[in-house]
Amino acid sequence: MMAVLGWLAGVALVAGLAMGFGVAPREVTQGNVQRIMYVHVPAVWVAYLAFAVGLTASIAYLARRRPGADRLAHAACEVGTVFLGINIVTGAIWGKPTWGTWWTWDARLTSVAVVFVMFLAYLLLRAAVEDRERGARYAAVLGIVAALNIPLVHFSVYWWRTLHQPPSLLKPGASTMPPVILAALLVNFAALALLGAYFVARRTRVLAAEEEVLA
Amino acid sequence: MAWKDLVIERRSKETLNALLFFSLALLFVFQFALGPDRERLASVLPGLLWLGFILSGVLGLGRAFVVERENDCWELLLLAPGDKSAIYLGKLAGSLVLMAVVEALMLGLFVVFFNIDLGAALPGLALVIALGTVGIAAVGTLFAAMTAQVRARELLFPVLLLPVLVPVLLGTVKATEALLLQEPLAAVAHWLKLLVAADVVYLAVGLLTFDVILEG
Repeated sequence: MMAVLGWLAGVALVAGLAMGFGVAPREVTQGNVQRIMYVHVPAVWVAYLAFAVGLTASIAYLARRRPGADRLAHAACEVGTVFLGINIVTGAIWGKPTWGTWWTWDARLTSVAVVFVMFLAYLLLRAAVEDRERGARYAAVLGIVAALNIPLVHFSVYWWRTLHQPPSLLKPGASTMPPVILAALLVNFAALALLGAYFVARRTRVLAAEEEVLA
Repeated sequence: MAWKDLVIERRSKETLNALLFFSLALLFVFQFALGPDRERLASVLPGLLWLGFILSGVLGLGRAFVVERENDCWELLLLAPGDKSAIYLGKLAGSLVLMAVVEALMLGLFVVFFNIDLGAALPGLALVIALGTVGIAAVGTLFAAMTAQVRARELLFPVLLLPVLVPVLLGTVKATEALLLQEPLAAVAHWLKLLVAADVVYLAVGLLTFDVILEG
């Protein structure tokens, strides 16, 4: 089952590369740099998908206390953090040639950074608690707080930035995306989602093995 | 519960004294870090004020469960009859009173040392401070119970708490800034709504999950 998922992810990634580099046209103003979007944007979608899985698994663990749910929450939040990291790094690489800076305290960048730090703290708590069962309970509570906090972070950061800048700069892009580019984006999203699912499955199994060894 | 903690605190004044001294020290640090430029000071004042509130809150809340741990009463907390959420509310109320005292004094120090004219802004400011403090204390109490039994707890507590409190910090600082510029309360209505939403979310999660944390 897991091997199938791995192979599917591999095939989808190749298809994603072909779509991103071959099929999708070269962007007129930015040139080839724009192609980083095919990793950058799907990565953040997959990250938030993973955090949603983490939230669900955390609630399920507190309700039923099955160790499997705890392992799933741990793996999902970890993979989500990694994909958010990929999103931030690719964003910086994209930002340097197009905006002329690696980083700016724009609303979206800031909110993603805050969420990233929040889940790093979650992983720190995981590492700090020695007792497995207690760690699972604490992490589930923190996972719920962190996930519910995401919308609050988004709104607060958005208002924080937009109230100070003319809306014309931050107006959400009304430009319609050409279907070819949208297709390439969606294929890459599917590929990264499969890859993320594969990582979560692998990580869950490794966590189970770790517990077996330590038990 | 709150009563017990407040009585202990009143008898010993251990945390309160330290926090008041800490506020004073912070005031000096802010002053030295920024220099005497009045213009610049005025523009960052709301941020400094809330930095002070949050830092003293982190110190105070971090000690919320120290009494139980140091005196080996943790098991008694677990054995206490009735709903565990009552313990949460009690601890929360105790922390709120302590934070309110420290914040009132810190605000007074800011008014005197940085020469702020509160004037008509005071009622609105009190509302913002109340909403912000409830948010800080609601998550803080939950996380303090969580980290009380963990190694490196002094380190872990602020590491967990500070990123979660970003919305509260942004909301309170922006609202305070507007109020100090004598803007009406209606101008910051969206921030007040955000703070209320944050308070509701944090309190709900705290009430619902506190018994999970106290289990052992």
